[in-house]
Amino acid sequence: MDKGFNELLQHWKNQKGNVIPLLQKTQELRGFLEREDMEAIAEVTGKSPAEIYGVATFYAQFRFQPSGKHTLKVCHGTACHVNGADQLDLALKTELGIDPGQTTEDGEFSVERVACLGCCSLAPVVMLDQEVHGRLTGDKLKKVVRKVGTR
Amino acid sequence: MTEVFVGLGSCGIAAGAREVYSTLQQELSRRKLPISVSATGCIGACHREPQIEVRTEDGLRFLYGELDSEKTLKVIEEHLVGGKPIEEYLIPEDYPYLAKQKKIVLANSGVINPESIDDYLAADGYKALGKAIKQMSPDEVIGEIKAAGLRGRGGAGFPTGLKWSLARANAGAKKYMVCNADEGDPGAFMDRSLLEGDPHAVLEGLAIGAYAIGADEGYIYVRAEYPLAIKRLELAISQAQERNLLGSHIMGSGFSFEIHVKEGAGAFVCGEETALMASIEGKRGMPSIRPPFPAERGLWGAPTNINNVETLGNVAPILRMGASAYAAIGTEKSKGTKVFALAGKIKHGGMIEVPMGITLREVIYEIGGGIQDDKKFKAVQLGGPSGGCIPESLLDVQVDYDSVTATGAIMGSGGMVVMDETTCMVDVARYFLSFTQSESCGKCTFCRMGTKRMLEILERITQGQGRMSDLEELEELALKVKQSSLCGLGQTAPNPVLTTLKYFRQEYVEHIQNKRCPALHCRELIRFRVNEEACTGCTLCAKVCPTQAATGQRKEAHRIDEALCIKCGLCFEACRFNAIEITTGVVASEVAAGTETAEVEA
Repeated sequence: MDKGFNELLQHWKNQKGNVIPLLQKTQELRGFLEREDMEAIAEVTGKSPAEIYGVATFYAQFRFQPSGKHTLKVCHGTACHVNGADQLDLALKTELGIDPGQTTEDGEFSVERVACLGCCSLAPVVMLDQEVHGRLTGDKLKKVVRKVGTR
Repeated sequence: MTEVFVGLGSCGIAAGAREVYSTLQQELSRRKLPISVSATGCIGACHREPQIEVRTEDGLRFLYGELDSEKTLKVIEEHLVGGKPIEEYLIPEDYPYLAKQKKIVLANSGVINPESIDDYLAADGYKALGKAIKQMSPDEVIGEIKAAGLRGRGGAGFPTGLKWSLARANAGAKKYMVCNADEGDPGAFMDRSLLEGDPHAVLEGLAIGAYAIGADEGYIYVRAEYPLAIKRLELAISQAQERNLLGSHIMGSGFSFEIHVKEGAGAFVCGEETALMASIEGKRGMPSIRPPFPAERGLWGAPTNINNVETLGNVAPILRMGASAYAAIGTEKSKGTKVFALAGKIKHGGMIEVPMGITLREVIYEIGGGIQDDKKFKAVQLGGPSGGCIPESLLDVQVDYDSVTATGAIMGSGGMVVMDETTCMVDVARYFLSFTQSESCGKCTFCRMGTKRMLEILERITQGQGRMSDLEELEELALKVKQSSLCGLGQTAPNPVLTTLKYFRQEYVEHIQNKRCPALHCRELIRFRVNEEACTGCTLCAKVCPTQAATGQRKEAHRIDEALCIKCGLCFEACRFNAIEITTGVVASEVAAGTETAEVEA
């Protein structure tokens, strides 16, 4: 077990309500949740691995596979929906060949659907890594993707 | 000294406010001008982001909107150096968007620097907490909140004072005071803006509540999707602790209160109280049967009180202005103001705070400036996935808990999404149900399975495969889901379906009987074609078409091959001559043959 992860376990060990923070910090560290890490979390929290896995799979935040180098979060909040968020999914599908929840074969891009990014006045919006792009059309989004991608 | 404030809420940042901020900093220091630049929260007029406010020594305020680096440099040159405000970029004081609002909860947002406790203290911050601790008994505090008539702003409108008195009445050495900031409604961002713009106000409200119910420990449960809000909350907590406004023996009294920030992990159902507590405890966020209510047995078995962010934002202002002054605002049963996130097909969207009792028409047409591109209003959606769609005929309904509930919608947490003639109401119902269906925790059968069946029916209808009997089946299932679900998610999930069936039934019938989507939205029921007379043969549609469905020679009319078209709409967006038409209802060849004339065109 590596040092960073071990420190994490020790830090949270005896705190109440530590399961979700541990999963969050582990994902921050690794990029996603691996079986061995969840088993280690089970051990320090005194829960069964099944319980930990049950908690992790309940929440949308947790991933069990690594995501692409760049992540595109397509907002599907109400305002984005009525302003054409579905068209953005379709534009990404034709540009990258993947549906929401998938990663391109070269590991360059992941596409996710998110419920609301809270920038409703700029709808429809897409978050590329940490940056929000607003008032998009399919064509504008393709240009955004082409700008960061190596393809 | 002249001061410049830059609105650095999430919306402003997304619109480019950081660029404006750094331009200001660089240029002012380059010119060695004695002008301070500070960040502030959401100024509210999100449709005019990025915004800055210039405050001069003699107390004048100038609000600029829609800036970029270039315009910012011009403002520095002409206004900050030259002393002449640039009228063209200014948002006027009588701007109807701002003039019709009444700011109590958002009074500090976009005005003070949210990362400075001194700014908050200068705005009478923590005075209400001091007054409560030093001059009032817990029962007096509760009495004041009751007299103010404050009701929960999270959606259901339960009286806050009554809630506090129930938690107070339960004996127990250990109690918890929790702030619900798990703002999950898609299309709502009020709580985020308040947490980003005035975090201390929420902390102060939480601390007053803790004093009232007798709690010494508190949690703020925030969505992980709100990193800026979390950062500012954590900063505010540490600042307040340093000043002894939180922590042990607050202001030298016997009252101690410690606050933890808990990051949610993405589950809409955690907005429900019992699910939220399960999540704080580190479990799957599934609701449990009430009673026992949280006020009896809540977090880790101790009496717990949970209030929404905006509710807590009202607490300190009530103690400062007095219950009777507060209760003078609003209607008989809904007091004070309500914050809304106005979005959708509206001209002027953003964060607004209005007195209860204002009509929806005033909000949409006077504050919001009407519908984008002057299209025709169709509906306004209130309350997100738990709410409903209100039609034009009910626009004079007052904004208060009871009047909105009577329409079949709910006040909700404050999402207000405006829809126009291009919004398909069947699709809106399908959209909300797909949301609640995927967010159902799965505990109650009708919520888990019933919403799934309802979603399948709605999908069928939007694909032109519906049957008239589907409508009754939807209504029957809706009733059963409402009746047999444990928590608010299932109990309210059918509302968008029921209200659209009630007010827009004809749109359902059109989809089913005539295979038409009157809003020209549902992909299976529309077709794209080129109006050959309008087409100039510029080839743009062929260039953007990802499937080579749009083809043609330069300077000749183009064609769209329906067999190849995936209806992505790129050609429609790209065409500069309005030559791409969307049609619904009948096959084009039938029109050519003269057998059908009832075609609708975009």
